[in-house]
Amino acid sequence: MTELQAVAESVIGRAGDGEQVEAYVSWSRETSIRAYESKVEQLSFSESAGVGIRVVQGERAGFAYVASLDPDMVEKTLQEARDNASFATADPFVGLAKPDGVAPPDLDLWRESVSSTPTSDKVDLALAVEAATRAADRRVVSVPAADYDDVEYEVALASTTGISAATRRTGCWLSVQAAAGHEGETQTGYGVETGRSMEQLSAERVAAEAADRAVRLLGAKKAPSARMAVVFDPKVTGTLIALLGSALSGEAVEKGRSLFAGRIGEQVASEVLTLVDDPTDPAAPAASRFDAEGLACRRNVFISGGRLESFAYDTYSARRAGVASTASAVRAGFRSGPAVGMRSMSLLAGRSSAEEVIRGVDLGMLVQSVSGIHSGVNPVSGDFSVGAEGLMIRDGQLAEPVREVTIASTLQRMLSQVTAVGADLCWLPSGHAGATIAVSEMSLSGR
Amino acid sequence: MIDTALAERTLGEALSSGGDFAEVFAEDRQSTSASLDDGRIEELGSGRDRGAGIRVVVGDTTGFAHTSDLSETGLLAAARAASAVAREGGGGTRRVALGARRDHRTEAGQPPESVSKTTKVSLLRRAEAAARATGASVVQVSAGYGDVRRRILVANSDGLLATDDQVRTRLMVSAVAKGDAGLQTGYEVVAHTAGLEEIDTDGRVERAGEEAARRALVKLSARPAPSGVFPVVLKGGSGGVLFHEACGHGLEADHIAKAMSVYTGKVGEQVASPLVTLVDDGSVVNEWGYVAIDDEGHAGTRNVLIEDGVLTEYMWDFLRARKEGRASSGNGRRQSYAHLPMVRMTNTFLLPGREDPDEIVAQTPRGIYVAQLGGGQVNTATGDFVFGMTEAYLIEDGRITEPLRGANLIGNGPEVLGRVDAVANDFDMTPGTCGKDGQAVPVGCGQPTLRLSAVTVGGTAGD
Repeated sequence: MTELQAVAESVIGRAGDGEQVEAYVSWSRETSIRAYESKVEQLSFSESAGVGIRVVQGERAGFAYVASLDPDMVEKTLQEARDNASFATADPFVGLAKPDGVAPPDLDLWRESVSSTPTSDKVDLALAVEAATRAADRRVVSVPAADYDDVEYEVALASTTGISAATRRTGCWLSVQAAAGHEGETQTGYGVETGRSMEQLSAERVAAEAADRAVRLLGAKKAPSARMAVVFDPKVTGTLIALLGSALSGEAVEKGRSLFAGRIGEQVASEVLTLVDDPTDPAAPAASRFDAEGLACRRNVFISGGRLESFAYDTYSARRAGVASTASAVRAGFRSGPAVGMRSMSLLAGRSSAEEVIRGVDLGMLVQSVSGIHSGVNPVSGDFSVGAEGLMIRDGQLAEPVREVTIASTLQRMLSQVTAVGADLCWLPSGHAGATIAVSEMSLSGR
Repeated sequence: MIDTALAERTLGEALSSGGDFAEVFAEDRQSTSASLDDGRIEELGSGRDRGAGIRVVVGDTTGFAHTSDLSETGLLAAARAASAVAREGGGGTRRVALGARRDHRTEAGQPPESVSKTTKVSLLRRAEAAARATGASVVQVSAGYGDVRRRILVANSDGLLATDDQVRTRLMVSAVAKGDAGLQTGYEVVAHTAGLEEIDTDGRVERAGEEAARRALVKLSARPAPSGVFPVVLKGGSGGVLFHEACGHGLEADHIAKAMSVYTGKVGEQVASPLVTLVDDGSVVNEWGYVAIDDEGHAGTRNVLIEDGVLTEYMWDFLRARKEGRASSGNGRRQSYAHLPMVRMTNTFLLPGREDPDEIVAQTPRGIYVAQLGGGQVNTATGDFVFGMTEAYLIEDGRITEPLRGANLIGNGPEVLGRVDAVANDFDMTPGTCGKDGQAVPVGCGQPTLRLSAVTVGGTAGD
């Protein structure tokens, strides 16, 4: 038993008669390095641990957390959670998860090298990506941020309903921002890679990506307003997928807050779209053996060939909907209780390369970044309007750069107008995977 | 949290391998949150975070480590970890002598610990009832309550020693209305650096529910926003986020230092319409972005950033200010003890002008009236920004007419600042959460009703 499991077991051992108790205990250690102008600008070490406790009494649940493993503070937290339970409204669907017999995937997500690698090697990698970005193109005038980050993460979960789970993983990120300049104009581009350990990261690849994305925007102008095809690059697609995830939440559906409510079995998207959430894929950055309520993670197919197959459920929303949990509980660490969410969404990759997808577009825009996603997309109504920058596509070829335009449609229409999914599926730091996709028509607003 | 002698020993340890500056930031934070959704009080939550972050500055390099162990052992270990950036070896522990402690506190009439959980939960019920009573088409209401008591202590090797005892309280209501055109949403937030006395007063709880519901209901009959370039009138209050995004971020000294702002090197130049005077003021008591001291121990102050259109000043944290040999402007903030401070805004607002707000609308033949703006985002290097309109109307023949459905406004900070062509004599502020480099801090944004002569609206009309 790990130390974290021992803490979790000790909490549930203090459960009173007739109450359910769940303890979620996590520990993480992070190293974060930022290089700037050939020097280390910041070097930071973090280690934190804490406990989130849920108490269910009858049909009411209460929650409390403490950012410490100190036994006295944990004991106070249990009492606080117990006290909080009495203020909730009684709800017959409230309750902790119970083991469902599904075996957890056999995943090895931990690399000892993350802690055994000397800090100086990590510093060298951050300095290397900074230098490589400056060297990548003479038009790169500065590199405002070049970062190496890694994390070791362990979690243990135990409950009086029979849950006992532990999982751990490591992760590393290398990212850089390039600023390209020409005649007083500045454009920025971002490059990033993620892996389980440092060996998977390439300073050259990350640098080339950032430099290319910045340089190719130089000279960008507003485009005239028009309706046209839009091609999203894999990073942007990853962002869009995350939005769909919130609309596929069984909780959102139950509460009448999803554009997909009542549409199971219907064709909600183009037949080229298949959307899955698969945290059992060892390549997924947020892969995990267990969900945030301790059920075994599993592969869930939500949209298959454009047809809406199912929604994602945690224990509460599943009980409410009269179905089984899909092990889709997530949490933002020990500071919050579980909620429905996706860990590792991806599309089924198509056969065409990004170039082939672009070649299929007569007039359109390749969007390399979007802004204002949270204010501009409504996952309830489906209204979609975001800022975009990228390159025009003319006769199947990339053309002049474009900035300060918005692209608008509705999520429903965009889904049904996806004409191609590229073969270039890749995992992103958000945890989800993206691929190049083409949407046949959106409204572009510019000048 | 930490006594003076221990803080001095910790700072001495932090500088034992050399270094120009060291700082201890200790924090003890207690929070309550409650949520109501779908007619139920879902869960009441409590949280406790306690720890200290230690930084050591050596030349241009900052080392940082944090600990949740506030004992001498924990603090000294964190100090040694942070000092890893100082490799030259300073030859033993350095003595640090702290000055007299300056204590501060939020004057809260009803601080969180004095209010029963029953009362906190009842606020949600009241807001919900008010929202549901606003119209039969309101099909769903959610509401959230949160309070935080945050005690901080800052000590640094310059001898600074300061504490603050902060209280923040927030109520949020969101409503969903259902009509022929599908579901529409509306929200309202009331938040103050104060206790419950600022929230539960003068019918504000009920009004928050009504406002959220009204916004959702209005959009049921809304038509898709047009796309193209229009004059835009921003109602006083929530439009402040435009200036926070379009301009404020570009005036943060860290972006300036790396020449990642369109405002780099422009102090003394005309960067906005002469009607624009922009202020960042951490000293506005009660406002969401109020700081008696910032998270580096410096007093929150009023800083005029743009005066009559001329750029007068940037915002500074201690590190950037120190490098330039000047004083901090009280803009060094951090999310928690586990984060490094950086330049952040506090309460950022445009000062009122002279015109009548109704008259500004009347003098706009055709345009967009934005009654509530949502969140936004800016690229400080180009000044390009985007933000959502959560309540907007068409202006036709000088009158506010049809409601419009959600769409983004997009523009460029410097360009839009030059296009402010009318500023009214009203004023309002709204609370928000500002994210930068993964850290969230509470901020206030404000402005009078004003008109921008031309902004791009990214709508879908014509579909």
